[in-house]
Amino acid sequence: MSRLMIEASTPLCLLQDAGRFGVRHLGVTQGGAADWCSMSWANWLLGNELDAAVVEITLGGFAVVAEEDCLLALAGADLGAQIDGQPLAPWRSFKLAKGQTLRFTQPLLGARAYLAAPGGFTAPKVLGSSATVVREELGGLDGLGVPLTRGATLSYRGEPRQVREVPQSHQPDLRSDKPLDLVIGAQIGLFSGQSLFEVFNSRWTLDSRADRMGIRLLGSALQYQGAPMISEGIPLGAVQVPPDGQPIVLLNDRQTIGGYPRLGALTPLALARLAQCLPGATVRFIPVMQEQAWKTHQNYLRSYA
Amino acid sequence: MNPRVEVVALDCLMLRLFDDIAEANMPWMLAASERLRTAFGAQLIDLVPSYTTLMVHYDLTLLSPARARQMIADALVDLAPNTRRAGQCHVLPVWYDLSVGPELSLLAERSGLVVEEVIRRHSAREYQVFALGFAPGFAFMGLVEEMLAAPRLNTPRKKVAAGSVGIAERQTAAYPVVSPGGWNLIGRTPAQLFDRHRDGYSLMQPGDTVRFEAVDHAEFIRLGGDDTPLEALA
Repeated sequence: MSRLMIEASTPLCLLQDAGRFGVRHLGVTQGGAADWCSMSWANWLLGNELDAAVVEITLGGFAVVAEEDCLLALAGADLGAQIDGQPLAPWRSFKLAKGQTLRFTQPLLGARAYLAAPGGFTAPKVLGSSATVVREELGGLDGLGVPLTRGATLSYRGEPRQVREVPQSHQPDLRSDKPLDLVIGAQIGLFSGQSLFEVFNSRWTLDSRADRMGIRLLGSALQYQGAPMISEGIPLGAVQVPPDGQPIVLLNDRQTIGGYPRLGALTPLALARLAQCLPGATVRFIPVMQEQAWKTHQNYLRSYA
Repeated sequence: MNPRVEVVALDCLMLRLFDDIAEANMPWMLAASERLRTAFGAQLIDLVPSYTTLMVHYDLTLLSPARARQMIADALVDLAPNTRRAGQCHVLPVWYDLSVGPELSLLAERSGLVVEEVIRRHSAREYQVFALGFAPGFAFMGLVEEMLAAPRLNTPRKKVAAGSVGIAERQTAAYPVVSPGGWNLIGRTPAQLFDRHRDGYSLMQPGDTVRFEAVDHAEFIRLGGDDTPLEALA
């Protein structure tokens, strides 16, 4: 077993995996890595299952010291990682020698970095997952939903492999300004014509009110003209519009049911990109049909082969 | 009943069975739920029931949206209501008291009933569990009688004690853990509503029924209740 001692952390540094499934009918949220693509690449670099437990570091402020020689992998945002002061770029596996410190300083590109270890970090599975959901007191190192804290120890049991990189052609482009794919939902026709024009033809600014439950977007006020809704299941990536007309994109820790009308839902790939955007960034939406989005998704999954 | 299947996400379809909340929906909702679980088997990731809908989250690596839609349609052929009593009936002890249920007086004022009568009426009915949501094990139950209905508080409380029993519109519920909340609080139950070590985790499941039973302070404490007054939490 190899170990890393956590020397610095924040409430936004969490153990995550793909999330908690099969229990949403009990009101238990999904949880899991907000940028599942980068989590998968971090695990891919080490030959892990793509959903093995990783550390999700949002914005930085995290540091670990190796207690043995380790092989780790890093994917996702460039949070100014350094090994004993030397810069370390993401999208690669790397060695961290006994006594060396890996530190995440500040966001240089993107918002969330994923740190993986051979075989995945060791943590109990609670309701089938190690995903940390603070609000529900589920998951994480102790199973009680506590964020990673200074002084705690991360461990793993897998065998190291050779160092490698994610091929350039497969590295997600975190600078991309391509519009986000939005699968059109059933209530789309109940928004005013002007609102629909605004949704797809204007830019939306990420509000600072953003967490793992949802990201608020600022722009023109959208008008829903349908009847009030009865609460119903909410999918990952749902773009809901509360009465103030400012959309909220719902993320992994969202509530399981809700009653605001929705434009539809971002595709999982689009959501992974949104999860890397910082407050103040702007995004655009493009409508896609469910079947077409499914084909795009299937193609993307082949890149992990 | 007029079932429709709607697109909600790349890997989710919404089966909409009814347009209004009603206790009479439940036998149909349970029957449809059972059919869908059987039809999808391991291809089902989650099935999220609510008052009038069932959201089907399927495994997109195994099923195309078109195939999933077809499977839902096939599963509903000749659907008949599940009239045998499928769910469990729970009796939840409640200590109804102003120190843990401050809106008892508000509900009495609104309805023109005395507090004892509000308590008697809330605990007289057997309620359906329509859906779970908001928090693990938080069951939306109903319908409470018209006279006890009251809108949510204008300003939600930052902290509501675990076990708090409340009313919002014609629904009633109990908070499984300490959380923010805007329901009108009328009492507290010592029941453990969500337990990660229990089989099935949640005490109440969709389709179950619930009755509240008034207990006095001594009994509440004997059953493991925490009588910390609400103000002490703020």
